Amino acid sequence: MKILGLDTSTMMTTCAVMEDESLLGEFSLSLDMSHSEALVPMIGELMDNLEMRISDMDGFAVSKGPGSFTGLRIGLATAKGFAHVTGKPIVGVSSLEVLADNMYGHEIVVPMMDARRDRVFTAIYTMEGDRWIPLLGPDALPVEELIKIIKRDHERIVLVGDGAVRYRNEFVEGLGNRILFAPGSLNLSRAASVCRLGMAKLAEGRSDDMFTMAPEYLRDSQAQRMQKKKR
Amino acid sequence: MMLTLAIETSCDETSCGVVRDGREVLSNIISSQIEIHREYGGVVPEIASRKHIEGIDVIVQEALDKAQVNFKDLDFISVTQGPGLVGALLVGLSTAKAMAYGLDIPIVGVNHIEGHICANYIEHKDLEPPFTCLIVSGGHSYLIDVLGYSSYRLYGRTRDDAAGEAFDKVARALGLPYPGGPFIDSLALEGDGSAIDFPRVFLEDDSYDFSFSGLKTAVLNYLNQMKQRDEEPVIADVAASFQQSVLEVMVEKSFRLAKETGRDKIVIAGGVAANKGLRDMMENRGKKENVDIFYPSVQLCTDNAAMIGSAGYYNFINGKVSDLAMKVMPNLGFLD
Repeated sequence: MKILGLDTSTMMTTCAVMEDESLLGEFSLSLDMSHSEALVPMIGELMDNLEMRISDMDGFAVSKGPGSFTGLRIGLATAKGFAHVTGKPIVGVSSLEVLADNMYGHEIVVPMMDARRDRVFTAIYTMEGDRWIPLLGPDALPVEELIKIIKRDHERIVLVGDGAVRYRNEFVEGLGNRILFAPGSLNLSRAASVCRLGMAKLAEGRSDDMFTMAPEYLRDSQAQRMQKKKR
Repeated sequence: MMLTLAIETSCDETSCGVVRDGREVLSNIISSQIEIHREYGGVVPEIASRKHIEGIDVIVQEALDKAQVNFKDLDFISVTQGPGLVGALLVGLSTAKAMAYGLDIPIVGVNHIEGHICANYIEHKDLEPPFTCLIVSGGHSYLIDVLGYSSYRLYGRTRDDAAGEAFDKVARALGLPYPGGPFIDSLALEGDGSAIDFPRVFLEDDSYDFSFSGLKTAVLNYLNQMKQRDEEPVIADVAASFQQSVLEVMVEKSFRLAKETGRDKIVIAGGVAANKGLRDMMENRGKKENVDIFYPSVQLCTDNAAMIGSAGYYNFINGKVSDLAMKVMPNLGFLD
């Protein structure tokens, strides 16, 4: 089974092809440009190198959120477009699990993305077998609240993602030596992990409906939040 | 014979259609979000983008089904590249790129404003350039000479608000629902257009440019003065007088350009081309001066994919094909 995976939930534009257990190729670029400009040409390069076409894929996996709202939509629109024209299945995976995969093998992993205004998109995961089980979240939490929860519930944890970089000082101050930070080389999402997580879901028949699939933003738009306040 | 799938998501309508050879519309599905945005008094970009990604593939499929074609029948994809809301445009463009690459067919990025002109080619099968064209919508006001398909010369544009924008702002001041243009148009039918003497802004004698912000301010001032005097304005008269001021200037300049360039056809394009008052005023004057007036049906005046497919076709046959790295251009102008 060959799967094309993509992730545009963080600064990284990344795509990969896996065949069963093997990674055939992966391209990632963190550029100061829109995912929209980079993504399809990058997939084209990857396909050319692998001498494959979109129609050779057996399925498509994409990070469905949380993350940059615009980024998520670019990824989903692209993956849905491929699934639509080929008639092959599509599966969405959690972008937090994708980040957590960078720290595969650790017992408690807390991936996080900056959600602005001192909040992070985050979850606390533990590993059972080869899958991530959320002990908390996924949710958009104030950093302060997340620190309290970790302090209360966990002895040793690993933090990964740009949220951990952004609020590094707060975490060090609040949690001292209970935490391990992922190195800079592992702080952004990798499409190979999207393939791995997606393939596991597809194997269980848990594909998404290409027509209705939408990002999981975990946050309303600002206008919706203001409207709710008024009520 | 060339078949295109067209995708348009520049604002609050998710629209997809199938067009043959630039003129024949096999399908033109428009899913409007207007009721959702009305609650907020205008289009909320983030909500528009969310609705687009939820609906886009459903609308594509509806367009194919209605046209009774399959993906493999398509020769190229047409997609709105700009102007518009960046997040909204990105959904359409990303979908179009994936489909074009997945099907291994070319993609053509289309200027939304050019699409509005081409809506007339769909409506009027025998309409051919050259002609004078007035393009008026919520975001744009242009007066141009159309020399040929995909060949234009700019003569005038707005120096401040777009015509449709002035309509919407005045409508808001009058307490009318969003979007206000159509409400002003229907109210104007009941009112007296000469009741209040709002300014007609013609600018310099030889200018084809427009300016609507002074007129908008004059209407707001008038309403304020009435309020201070505790008088109740006659809303229908305000709407009619405001509309009269806008239309007189647009019609006068359009006919002046047609005369200067020797054209015997004037074409109206864009959302405001649905305005009954504008259509009537153009046609009345056209009869007197032997100028034929063209405008699209109301449905083709609004944002729709078929017009993008028509413009895409004329670009395509003129060799204007885009590459997969193309960007959305939210601030794309027209001929400037």
